[in-house]
Amino acid sequence: MNDSVLHVPRDQLTETVAGLRDEGYVSVLDVTAVDYLEHPGRTDLPPEVSPERFELVVTLISHAAPGRVRLRVQVPADDPTVATLFDLYPGTEALEREVADMFGIVFEGHPDPSRILMPPDWEGHPLRKDFSVGQIPVQFKATQ
Amino acid sequence: MTATDAAVRRRDDSAVLRISEDDGERLEAESNASDTSMIMNMGPQHPSTHGVLRLMLEMEGETVMRSKPVIGYLHTGMEKTAETLTYLQGPTNVTRMDYASPLFSELAFSMATEALLGLEVPPRAVWIRMLMCELNRISSHLLFQATNGMDIGAVSMMIYGWREREEALRLLETITGLRMNHNFIRPGGVAADLPDGWRDEVLTLIDALPARLNEFDTLLTGQPIYRERLQGVGVINTAECLALGVTGPILRSTGYAWDLRRDMPYLAYDQMDFDVVVGTYGDCFDRYAIRLNEIRESIRILAQILDQMPTGDYRVQDKKVTPPPRARIDESMEALIHHFKIFTEGFKVPAGEVYAAVESPRGELGCYMVSDGSAVPYRMHIRGPSFVNLQTLPHMMQGGMVADAVAIISSVDPIMGEVDR
Repeated sequence: MNDSVLHVPRDQLTETVAGLRDEGYVSVLDVTAVDYLEHPGRTDLPPEVSPERFELVVTLISHAAPGRVRLRVQVPADDPTVATLFDLYPGTEALEREVADMFGIVFEGHPDPSRILMPPDWEGHPLRKDFSVGQIPVQFKATQ
Repeated sequence: MTATDAAVRRRDDSAVLRISEDDGERLEAESNASDTSMIMNMGPQHPSTHGVLRLMLEMEGETVMRSKPVIGYLHTGMEKTAETLTYLQGPTNVTRMDYASPLFSELAFSMATEALLGLEVPPRAVWIRMLMCELNRISSHLLFQATNGMDIGAVSMMIYGWREREEALRLLETITGLRMNHNFIRPGGVAADLPDGWRDEVLTLIDALPARLNEFDTLLTGQPIYRERLQGVGVINTAECLALGVTGPILRSTGYAWDLRRDMPYLAYDQMDFDVVVGTYGDCFDRYAIRLNEIRESIRILAQILDQMPTGDYRVQDKKVTPPPRARIDESMEALIHHFKIFTEGFKVPAGEVYAAVESPRGELGCYMVSDGSAVPYRMHIRGPSFVNLQTLPHMMQGGMVADAVAIISSVDPIMGEVDR
């Protein structure tokens, strides 16, 4: 749990991950995101990082010197795009599809940007904070 | 080179079929006689494919070319739900993700919460957690033995595997009160102390199991038909596994020894003496044999836990995190208040973010948690090993026969509750 945390600018994510791969980080374990829309106050960001609505969280693992590194990338709400890590680690394909599905973050260059968990014609991105947990009409193709 | 082999080479290198369901149906409807490939839906065969995992296969005769696991049928928004449940209610939610090994999700969730709280769990709670997890690992791997045997056609194996698993589940029920979805490991420790006679019950199980596992060996391991069905089928190598983020028995089947219990110890695994079981060829047979032998290693660990189980508290005595003992509520006003506050409001967790991971029977199960200082997680994400491991299916299946696809799905041992969450 003593993972190192790196704050990476959005346009340097690919180079950072490529550099970490060369340092022996053999696998991307996890790609997820957080919507900080309703967070009361973020205090854990270093001063040089300006907070944005979305944060992409990429977890890599090194086996040679056992340890994980967590990359935190600020993604603005008005341009939620990030370059895909698929070319470096093909295992991010499903993970990035899930983030795209749940948060509406677009991964540029992703080979299959379709929805993974929700139905293909679903509207909205459920894990965004402005997507309500209350009752919503069930969206099924057959009922329309 | 046969005609089929040539067709394999002509296609693009990718093993993953990246078309939507509608496109698949449209292509199938438009295909003409000269088109030798067809798109098929696989299943139901493995229990996971009964309505919750759909596999689109692009077939050339009986050979699988490209394939795509279509998931989401069991998606119930559990990560969204987690944002409305307090930290005390959280384990009830996550335990329903990987329903074949629920205690591991509870453990990852609790470890993440405790890391944010900066809470040290008492030794007895740590060892009870370890005991429960190893029992759960045994029951989960026995479930695999049952379903794997059934998929391959050794149907009697299903009965035997299910019988032994039931023994393990009965023991879990004795301790936690529930066969599955225990909600036993909670932030701060475990829900209850071990019941009277737990030692005898565990001993009875671990005394009986080795002989049963030897029967499995007789029934399956040495059986020529079984070996023919599994050996050399669904081969994957270490580099592919690492690139795909695969963990657990699939990664170890390639001869790569990586087990969080040994390499990044949590709980008290650094004090345990056990071996990390690895394979050689990365095929379905190795994955079967690894899981069978991991049951034996878990029995070894359980024997050590029985010898060394410490005494003391089974949860922290921090009144802000764990409820007071029932007897105290009748005599102490403060205990009543604490009890009431914990179950109505929950407890506040300092702001921060953390990732905690454990080695589940399927691989690295991680919990990423963000707290905003309130009593419910701001964001809770479970990194389910099955979700990532499922990506190996197209790579293992490519160029194989459709009958092998059944063996391959089974050898990945996916639990769809954890895939879709």
